[in-house]
Amino acid sequence: MILNIARKELKSLFASPMGWTILALLMALLGNFYLTGVNKYFEVMSGAVRPAERVGVTIFVGQTVFGIARYIMLFAVPLLTMRLISEERRNQTLPFLFSAPISLTEIVLGKFVGLIIFLSILIVYIFTMLVTLNIWSDIDFGYLLANSFGLWLLLGSFSALGIYFSSLTKQPIIAAILSFISLFALIFLESMFASDPNHWFAYISLMKHFQSFSRGMIDTSDLIYFFLFISTFLTLTIRRLDAERLRG
Amino acid sequence: MSNLTLEAIELTRLFGGREAVKNVSFHLEKGEVLGFLGPNGAGKSTTMRMLTGNLAPSIGTVKICGIDIIENPKEAKALIGYLPEMRPIYKELTVDEFLTIAARLHRVPSKQIKKAVEIAKEKCGLSHMSKRLIENLSNGYQQRVAIAQAIIHNPLVVILDEPTVGLDPIQIREIRSLIREIGQKHSVILSTHILPEVEMVCDRVQIIDKGNLVFHGSIDELKQHRQGNKLMVGFSKAPTISTLKDIEGVIKVEKAEDRMYRIHFKDKQSPSEAIIKLSVKNRWGLFQIAPDQTSLEDVFVQLTEKKQKN
Repeated sequence: MILNIARKELKSLFASPMGWTILALLMALLGNFYLTGVNKYFEVMSGAVRPAERVGVTIFVGQTVFGIARYIMLFAVPLLTMRLISEERRNQTLPFLFSAPISLTEIVLGKFVGLIIFLSILIVYIFTMLVTLNIWSDIDFGYLLANSFGLWLLLGSFSALGIYFSSLTKQPIIAAILSFISLFALIFLESMFASDPNHWFAYISLMKHFQSFSRGMIDTSDLIYFFLFISTFLTLTIRRLDAERLRG
Repeated sequence: MSNLTLEAIELTRLFGGREAVKNVSFHLEKGEVLGFLGPNGAGKSTTMRMLTGNLAPSIGTVKICGIDIIENPKEAKALIGYLPEMRPIYKELTVDEFLTIAARLHRVPSKQIKKAVEIAKEKCGLSHMSKRLIENLSNGYQQRVAIAQAIIHNPLVVILDEPTVGLDPIQIREIRSLIREIGQKHSVILSTHILPEVEMVCDRVQIIDKGNLVFHGSIDELKQHRQGNKLMVGFSKAPTISTLKDIEGVIKVEKAEDRMYRIHFKDKQSPSEAIIKLSVKNRWGLFQIAPDQTSLEDVFVQLTEKKQKN
């Protein structure tokens, strides 16, 4: 049932130009950064004389692409999540889902999974793009995999939060703005507490937990953090929809 | 096994302290079409939302074929087809795509989905629209899609909230015969503003006003309300009202417009024969005599107003 909802979401994403446009734009942007990364690599490395200054091509290009990807997605994900529930509410299509023999949990999870599948297309694209470096050099697959996995979890968290804000309102735009602001805050919390990196507030920051992935390391505590983040917001969404049924 | 397909037991729904539906109980049997009438804001849609599990009742229970919709929502919802007031259709999809999704979400086995879609399209007259985007369809066709969505999984109970809105007269007739067809095997609840529709389609009627059930009975009972013991008589050379009043069985005579009189009489003592005889004898110039029917609208107004006075 979850997959059926996910299929429905994907279908509506690709039935309108919205899905295609966002996908195409993001691919073009990231491809562009990939190219600049490769060009810059030669420039920088030919200037670096001492061996200590040299970095591998995977890390150099990978950092450029993954570094920018998360900021681009900060804008893109709220645009994708905003319509998930609020648009259904505005078009009065929620009764269609509510009166079908599906639980609220299945509805919310289905919507989440659908979006994740859509975003995975992008991650697979980034991954294959970087893998093409392997044609003329020897790249570090572990580093790429950890980064892609980290980005995947990060996008999952973005989506979960976005879905929650989408369930709060009837206006997709408001949902997008709300989720953008809160994601922005969650990402830059860390820089606000730069003087005291061990403060618990800094610990909430999404970016702090993405960092170990971007160094190529998969840390279980970060995994748990992302898992909790996602499940919290999905649960809140389910609760929110349930409250609607109870209160009307 | 009992034939009850739907039971609503003492449903009450509060919206912030205001009772939108008050203590409404009714039941539905297999093969029955129940008409649900009421003025705007009477609580029709709220009741229907509760019946389909879209809204939790504050007090009371809903049972579909004995399954409680709050305790076992999935099992109960699988037996219902629901068309809400605002049609829930995804306009960016084509008719086929949308109906396939509807079938899938209602747990139609994947092998039968194609057939189910075909049957639903055929029943609602949509076969030639399969590949069109719902967005580009006319209002009436969109309504047909919404109806198709509600019957695609062959549900035991079909709940339709104003199904004939926006349809042309031919389509309305088709949908009515469709409802009757579904009503033979399954049960249908139908809310509407159009009273003749109720008369044509429904077996039973209930009228709700301000959250209370004010009338509940078969369509014949409603018709009795409607006919009343009245005659409409026209004379070209009318006698005095008191002469008319002296005829046996007559209770009251009112003068209506232009040489017409409305004659109220006692139960089963129609004075029409006596009036005709007297008219011939005394040359009153009788040119019209007919039972005076109040329209269903009047009955409806009477029933809802009576309750208000109480």
